[in-house]
Amino acid sequence: MTYVLRRVGFYLFTAWAAITINFFLPRAIPGDPVQSLISRARGQLDAEAVQSLYILFGLDTDQGILSQYWDYWGQLLRGDLGLSFTFFPTPVIDVIADSLPWTLALVGITTVISFLLGTGLGVLAGWWRGSWVDIVMPVTTFLSSIPYFWLGLIAITLLADQGGPFPSSGGFDPGVVPSWDLDFIGSAIYHSLLPAITILVTSMSGWVLSMRNMMLTVAAEDYITVAHAKGLSERRVMVSYAARNALLPNVSSFALALGLIVGGTLLVEIVFSYPGVGFQLFAAVGAKDYPLIQGIFLVITLSVLVANLVADLVYLLLDPRTRKEG
Amino acid sequence: MTREPVLDIRGLSVDYGLGDAAVRAVRDVSLTLHRGEVLGLAGESGSGKSTLAYGMLRLLPPPGVIRGGQVTYHPRDGEPIELLSLPRKRLRKFRWAEVAIVFQGAMNSLNPVHTVATQLTDVIAAHEPRTSSAARRARAVELLNLVGINADRLGSYPHQLSGGMRQRVMIAMALALEPKVVVMDEPTTALDVVMQRQILATLVELRERIGFSVLFITHDLSLLVEFSDRIAIMYGGRIVESAPAAELYRTSLHPYSDGLLHSFPALRGPRRELTGIPGSPPDLRAMPAGCAFHPRCPRAFDPCADRAPELAPPAGREDSGRDVACWLHTAERVTP
Amino acid sequence: MAVPTDVLSAPVEESPAKPRRRRSSFLRNGKAVSGLVIIGFLLVLAVIGPWIAPYDPGQRGDDLLVGPNAAHWFGTTHLGQDVFSQILDGTRSVMLVGLVAGLVATVLAIVFGVTSGYFGGTGGETLSAVSNVFLVIPALPLILIITLSLPETNDLTIALVIGLTSWAWGARVLRAQTLSLRRRDYVEAARATGESTWRIIGFEILPNLTAVIAASFVSTVIFAVLSEITLAFIGVPGVSEWNWGAILFWAQSQQALAQGAWWWFVPTGLAIALLGTGLALLNFGIDEYVNPRLRGGPQQVRGVKMRVGFTPVLPAAKESR
Repeated sequence: MTYVLRRVGFYLFTAWAAITINFFLPRAIPGDPVQSLISRARGQLDAEAVQSLYILFGLDTDQGILSQYWDYWGQLLRGDLGLSFTFFPTPVIDVIADSLPWTLALVGITTVISFLLGTGLGVLAGWWRGSWVDIVMPVTTFLSSIPYFWLGLIAITLLADQGGPFPSSGGFDPGVVPSWDLDFIGSAIYHSLLPAITILVTSMSGWVLSMRNMMLTVAAEDYITVAHAKGLSERRVMVSYAARNALLPNVSSFALALGLIVGGTLLVEIVFSYPGVGFQLFAAVGAKDYPLIQGIFLVITLSVLVANLVADLVYLLLDPRTRKEG
Repeated sequence: MTREPVLDIRGLSVDYGLGDAAVRAVRDVSLTLHRGEVLGLAGESGSGKSTLAYGMLRLLPPPGVIRGGQVTYHPRDGEPIELLSLPRKRLRKFRWAEVAIVFQGAMNSLNPVHTVATQLTDVIAAHEPRTSSAARRARAVELLNLVGINADRLGSYPHQLSGGMRQRVMIAMALALEPKVVVMDEPTTALDVVMQRQILATLVELRERIGFSVLFITHDLSLLVEFSDRIAIMYGGRIVESAPAAELYRTSLHPYSDGLLHSFPALRGPRRELTGIPGSPPDLRAMPAGCAFHPRCPRAFDPCADRAPELAPPAGREDSGRDVACWLHTAERVTP
Repeated sequence: MAVPTDVLSAPVEESPAKPRRRRSSFLRNGKAVSGLVIIGFLLVLAVIGPWIAPYDPGQRGDDLLVGPNAAHWFGTTHLGQDVFSQILDGTRSVMLVGLVAGLVATVLAIVFGVTSGYFGGTGGETLSAVSNVFLVIPALPLILIITLSLPETNDLTIALVIGLTSWAWGARVLRAQTLSLRRRDYVEAARATGESTWRIIGFEILPNLTAVIAASFVSTVIFAVLSEITLAFIGVPGVSEWNWGAILFWAQSQQALAQGAWWWFVPTGLAIALLGTGLALLNFGIDEYVNPRLRGGPQQVRGVKMRVGFTPVLPAAKESR
């Protein structure tokens, strides 16, 4: 229990830090874009919207910094992330809510598959070292140094453009209307294949390498010799004794790796024009849509924190040494 | 105790590494363990005693390689089995069922993510797949009781056990399939003196009850003198002396054994002067010419630096049941 | 992006005495050497690139979007600019940002990691908590919003921002190593004899951390290079004109793909992959040097398979001595 409480406490602290960073940053931006937008749209904005933008960007210079901070928190807790500049006057939270599910689906599924496959392959590569499996090493090294998005570009050129089998962009066929029917879902899945494969190929290699190295380290432990001396089957020693232990550092680093995975997925979305949060961010950067950029940062960070917490709980299940009595 | 051999090692050599980089850790060792006997194997670190024990079951991790020799196991009924030429599947079945090892009960010898129950029962499941899980669990409880651990410890993880308890779990685990030979690799080294006594008492009791043969490996000769029937002493990868325990204690023939025996004080009996052995154990990669011990030997003379002596019964006492590898005791010796 | 392996596989050193320097065995490691060669080559290019480029990278020409030929080895852009020259010119920016960011991050990692590991207590715990915060917040979005908030940016400021946000990894590893080293006998002995803290850290602890620091530096450079290229690709202002990411940005925005102009982005990507592979190889070399269990390839000599669990049995060999 203490373990869980400590982790939750840590994540709350980190969330607070992220939110605070988010609060202070816009105050470093030269105030022009915000001011001009507000004055331009004065007629269309209601008083609350103007007020929320003021608070978001700290233009309310009557108030001291602390009360601004307080108001900012109030805003956040009400789910108000400001109004987007590019989709004016749509609230940021709505823009994100539209694109988030796409990203979650893509990232969620590919990350899990990549972790499982990569770890499995790594177990074999480590256990059967000295056999043909070793060919895996230089291949994965090379693959893991390729930036996601570049592989995506190649994939599009080779497999999508000019009549290739895969669609080159978008989340679904332009002609299909988004709804929960087979047509749409089928189209969505079809469009997500190429981005997913791109992510899988590059991210899997990282897991293979680290799992393989951990297996080599664990194979030298005494309890592996004991397992062999006990006459246990090869499979049991490899899985129950070696892999089960080698997995632990990987699980705890999975949480850390999420931050990187997020970065990579963002890029893939850009390359494939996939309508997720990353693509949204790209457009926002181009248009200097600060509220949207900040809103996306917060949402991404908080999602990563939640995912981290889940990974920590999984670790708790796997490693009995973290469980304290009572 | 009979004179019938149960485990017979002939001319075993073990290297670490291959080709030019190979280091010979066990040199042409011959040793016999008799049925019901406790054979002690003593020596400093690097003498090759553990290498010998693991090598005979092919348990040495890379880069260990077995180079020559035979290890023959004599079951009570049936043909003798040549361990080094067993195919892997049969060796796997043989391990633990006939010959088990009590490893040092350090934190690392038990799988940290499995409970005690799992580690006791999985070996039963591997060798006797038709037993029900209830039967396996019952056996696990039985084993824990044998070593004096409460059955409610079945659900504990290794990090929740004290050092003494872990060692006893290792012993219980070794006895799971009722092996005929138990190899004990420094079972008490990591424990305090009080715990050592308790463990040894447990071992003695178990041996009396179940009746297995023991190969007891340790650097602590004083333990062996008490506990074993015969003692073999290793130095630089070779056996340099082997004798019944009491006789060795009374009169040791090899100067190294002599040095070892005089390194610990006797609690009872006449007072003896404590001396050590000057120098340090040889570097296996650069062994001295001739007898490996001669640079440190207080009684070295001419032939010692030229040729390594063979392990043989001492001159004049051919049927004493003792063996020694020293020029001082060979028939063709030159008077010093 | 790939999960760097050094954090996971770097073991806590188990030697009882001070480890001796084994520099020669490091240089004998094939991976380390190939990595160094690749990076050395790119460093040279970084320095002399703009001078040996056949064309001025920004110079427009008449041959618009032409594939590779004798005049333009990597073809031209939509404005007739020579892609090869652009890549050469951009090398400097890429390497500069990567190395500066790596340096900044490594220095911070040493400061935070070693201090929190050596001093322990609440101070150490707090420093550790701070580094964990930076570790968990996703780096790219953070770098992005910081860079966008700054009034003006250039290569150096971007390098600083990357460095200031990516030190947490190295700090974690160094903290773990320092914690273990602190309990070693020779450190305890130094403390007992009253050696000053800074001398202990400087002479007893830091020298034993060199390999880990090197691995951490290389990992950070990998991360920094990929990050800056990403930033340039997204269109963040301030990155040097012909940074490889910027080249790709133009390629993307001009729909190079749709027009079949593969030469615009394929060589650029290959250059990135080359740098990445070189750094990764170097990292593996360091990894294997630090963790001997990873060393020495398949250990197969004359068909003898060394496997855990079954020691091979070979016929008796002649004794070597």
